[in-house]
Amino acid sequence: MKLRDIAHSRAGDKGDISNLSLIAYRLDDYPLLEKQVTAERVRAHFEGVVHGEVQRYLLPQLGAMNFVMHAALGGGVTRSLALDAHGKSLSSALLDMEIE
Amino acid sequence: MKTLRIGGGAGYSGDRIEPAVELAEHGEIDYLIFECLAERTIALAQQAKMKDPALGYDPLLEARMLAVLKTCADKGIRIVTNMGAANPLAAAAKIREIAVSLGLRKLKVAAVVGDDVLAQLQAGDYRDDTGEPVAELGARLLSANAYLGAQPLVDALAAGADVVVTGRVADPALVLAPLIHTFGWAMDDWERLGQGTLAGHLLECAGQVSGGYFADPGCKDVAGLARLGFPIAVVGEDGSIEITKVAGSGGSITTATCTEQLLYEIHDPAAYLTPDVVADFSQVTMTQVGPDRVAVSGATGHPPSGMLKVSVGYIDSYVGEGQISYAGSGALARARLAQEIVAERLEIIGAVLTEVRSELIGVNAIHGPGLAAQSAEPYEVRLRVAGRADSMREAVRVGNEVETLYTCGPAGGGGVTKASREVVAIRSTLLDAVQVQPAIHFEEI
Repeated sequence: MKLRDIAHSRAGDKGDISNLSLIAYRLDDYPLLEKQVTAERVRAHFEGVVHGEVQRYLLPQLGAMNFVMHAALGGGVTRSLALDAHGKSLSSALLDMEIE
Repeated sequence: MKTLRIGGGAGYSGDRIEPAVELAEHGEIDYLIFECLAERTIALAQQAKMKDPALGYDPLLEARMLAVLKTCADKGIRIVTNMGAANPLAAAAKIREIAVSLGLRKLKVAAVVGDDVLAQLQAGDYRDDTGEPVAELGARLLSANAYLGAQPLVDALAAGADVVVTGRVADPALVLAPLIHTFGWAMDDWERLGQGTLAGHLLECAGQVSGGYFADPGCKDVAGLARLGFPIAVVGEDGSIEITKVAGSGGSITTATCTEQLLYEIHDPAAYLTPDVVADFSQVTMTQVGPDRVAVSGATGHPPSGMLKVSVGYIDSYVGEGQISYAGSGALARARLAQEIVAERLEIIGAVLTEVRSELIGVNAIHGPGLAAQSAEPYEVRLRVAGRADSMREAVRVGNEVETLYTCGPAGGGGVTKASREVVAIRSTLLDAVQVQPAIHFEEI
């Protein structure tokens, strides 16, 4: 299944850093997210888009994780040539990731 | 227990005004906050101020004040906003003028200044986040604004201001200041400052916590999104927070909408840096206490570093862009041919570009070829070519080479748009807080 089936996400931007929340609809599904959606996996998912490191922060009491992706916004929101300079739609791309 | 009701009236400069009017009229609020400064807004406002010294404040300041000022004055709702942008003094004078035109008899407007540290940065030895000396930007340097904390806003409220208008302040300070002023919280009460900062963070994007930017039909449905209501934070003297909205307005407030906003533009949840407190949101919990009512607790904080973040606005480059559409059978092949032609022609004419991005909207424009492993050929495709240059003269050549696809490109291209613009970009640096001296000026009727 896709992440979209059990979780939702919102993207935020600061400079050349994009952050993506990943939030389980049901707390019961959170352990699955924590186990499978690692920082390494997210970095691989965004190969060619994210050029720096990816950090993951856990908020299990909210069923949520936060991914901080460096060098992810074409040099920075204010100078990027990208159509979606803020990387707002990266959240939707994350939710397309397949999990088991 | 004493509580304060604070409305989030704007999440960015261009935000909708009607929900703020609804908050003022029906929210039973004590304060109305307008957060209107994105990263580069002040740099753009500085350019407006250079052209006309009476400008440089938020372009929608007048419209917003005309819409809410009378109601707020009648009901005793105080307004706190960073719509002063690059010129809080002119903004305050404008608000006074609007108040007079609305027939208000009494109003005290406070302008908070001192965030502008351009002269200090030009004179000193500062390096930005790219490692380069700020002074080397020379004539390209437009603005430098330190993120002020809540204290000068608290002082303005203590002096009786009905409206506080600022330039760059930390976004949550717009909410934190009324809380400190009303409840007399100490500036080293880290737990309450942490909760107050959390309330500010949840309100600062207005509708983004009350169902805006949330809907995904079939997965996350939001009722009445067209009439989206903006949020109200009900904050107790003890720092307790409840997020709600005007009954009957559109949108929805759930633990899910609040969690999305909690993590919006946050890096380490245990260390959200502001001038007043390093807020720790890592142990925050949320409880749905009723329809469109979420209680949020568990934030705390630690002392700040004493260094203030400074946003540095500068002219970075010039960008030219062109777009053209192809549709029907063979659209993708014709768009790809057009793409190759533009690339080759930009070489033939010797356009001096430091970066080029060429993509097909509807195919691979947003996330590149990797994530866009599309199966079926789309019915319509739009070619987009954007290029960066060191001058406007070079930048315009990009759009021109897309436009000439009309007569010199593949069959059936239509709907060309082209544009070129100066890019004002932002870098950041740090400045010792003791070097920044906020001041308050009043305008009264």
